[in-house]
Amino acid sequence: MNALQNKTTLLVVAGLVASALVPVVIVNKFYIDILTLILFSAFLGQSWNILGGYAGQFSFGGVIFFGTGAYASSILLTTFGIPPLIGIFAAIAAGALTGAFIGFISFRYGLRGSYFALITLAFSEVFRTIANSVEFTGGGVGIFIKHAPGLANLQFIHPAGYYYMALGMVIISLAIAWWLERSRFGAQLIAIRENEDAAEALGVDAFKCKMYAIMITGAMGGAAGTFYAQKYLYIDPPISYSIGTSVEMLLVTIVGGMGTIFGPLIGAFVLHIVNEVARHFIDTPGLSLIVYGVILIAIIGYLPNGLIGLFKRRKKPDKETSDA
Amino acid sequence: MLEVSGLSKSFGGLAAVNQVNISVDEGRIISLIGPNGAGKTTLFAMVAGFLKPDAGTVTFEGHDITGQKPHRICAHGVVRTFQVTQPFATLSTLENIMVGAYHRTANRHLAEEQARAVADQVGMGALLEQAAEGLTVAGRKRLELARALATGPKLLLLDEVMAGLNPAEIDDIVRVIKGIRDSGVTIFLIEHVMKAVVNLSDFTYVLNDGVLIAEGTPSEIAADANVIEAYLGHGAAERMSGDGAAHA
Repeated sequence: MNALQNKTTLLVVAGLVASALVPVVIVNKFYIDILTLILFSAFLGQSWNILGGYAGQFSFGGVIFFGTGAYASSILLTTFGIPPLIGIFAAIAAGALTGAFIGFISFRYGLRGSYFALITLAFSEVFRTIANSVEFTGGGVGIFIKHAPGLANLQFIHPAGYYYMALGMVIISLAIAWWLERSRFGAQLIAIRENEDAAEALGVDAFKCKMYAIMITGAMGGAAGTFYAQKYLYIDPPISYSIGTSVEMLLVTIVGGMGTIFGPLIGAFVLHIVNEVARHFIDTPGLSLIVYGVILIAIIGYLPNGLIGLFKRRKKPDKETSDA
Repeated sequence: MLEVSGLSKSFGGLAAVNQVNISVDEGRIISLIGPNGAGKTTLFAMVAGFLKPDAGTVTFEGHDITGQKPHRICAHGVVRTFQVTQPFATLSTLENIMVGAYHRTANRHLAEEQARAVADQVGMGALLEQAAEGLTVAGRKRLELARALATGPKLLLLDEVMAGLNPAEIDDIVRVIKGIRDSGVTIFLIEHVMKAVVNLSDFTYVLNDGVLIAEGTPSEIAADANVIEAYLGHGAAERMSGDGAAHA
């Protein structure tokens, strides 16, 4: 047990050092940028994973929190001149509140499974339409953010700055998942995912737990929104509330392994690399997407527990020895 | 300890449970029997908060718990198991039981300790690392019992924990249930297996078509004409006593 813990600690430390050194070793800005995107994607995936992977509440509108966070800090910046370093906390709060709002409406009325997926999808469309039609979001024109590098603006001259920020966010998200796996709250979320009635019978307040879960998911999504806005300096409703982003969040998590600490990170790496490689080697337009799609189908078809299932050897149910 | 009075529930026009009064005294094993569709599970579901009654009240230790949510009722110390077992399938036996144990403590080590103790109590000590989906029927029934027990209840509502078990397994679980009662937990159980009911319970209620038709000690119940009619059909009691005389 101790040896195992030592080994895990060693791996974690090695991983941290290696990822911290990446921008020193890899000088090509293009690759640093891709790695940043992968980390960003992993963070978004992890935010979805808390509610979808651990609590089993399959959302198709993960982008809602991302978009709301992006608007929150960007509006604070452009309208009130509040720097994003403070604005990101407003974005986190906005994401959590949006989560509470959607959670209250959905969970109060017992929406589960595909109904929950559909209502979150519908909400993301509603949010996009609202952002498109009201004035304080800049409507369809969107919001342009001034390029002014500096920590207060969460903007960096060198791409490594964004890399380190994304890395920090991913580390926090991993820590949240790690805590979930070891805490009562996490055990209760997993129990709800596996069987909500049984969890309720054992004293789990399913409504409260799901509310907390969607608020954590929302808070993380909000932070991601600020990061995106300050990196790309422009947001508009189709970017902020894109269904594509919602799908990406759940894809990286499903491919990597739902309800696991490292699933979203592994999924983000593999999907982005497959995507880049397919684009690089295949010239016929559109063909790379087909290759990407086939690989995706293969992973989902043959690895129901995600790629992490390859590493994690689960004790197989053994009918012979299970006699009570 | 538990007082059910005038409890009723209808689905559409069908009265599944109709004006039922039941009283469960502390430290005893009380059973509820009846043919299929009599309304036993509906009654349990109402007591445990899974269904809201149309009328009537459920009182536990003087608190009115009628219509409260299941987790609130669990907090009062009343926990049910499910007739159709509902394991947390991908979790191990230990993790399953820990969900119950977490009801009393937020500390992971305490919860694990508690879960291991409960597993030993119900004879699942050797199956702790087994995934719940790989357990046999008997194993799953035991797991239901263990999880409920881990929440530290005062009253356990057991819904057919013996259905589908072979005689040796039934003897085993009867011992376990008696052990639980001896440790101070009151038990209210639904059962089909008559042998077990007679063996186990101090007092029995009989439900038929949503109405209580008899109550008494198991031996009184076994001789009750109404009960025999309910189980074997109209006129059965008369025929049985006639046959009994003829073949004697």
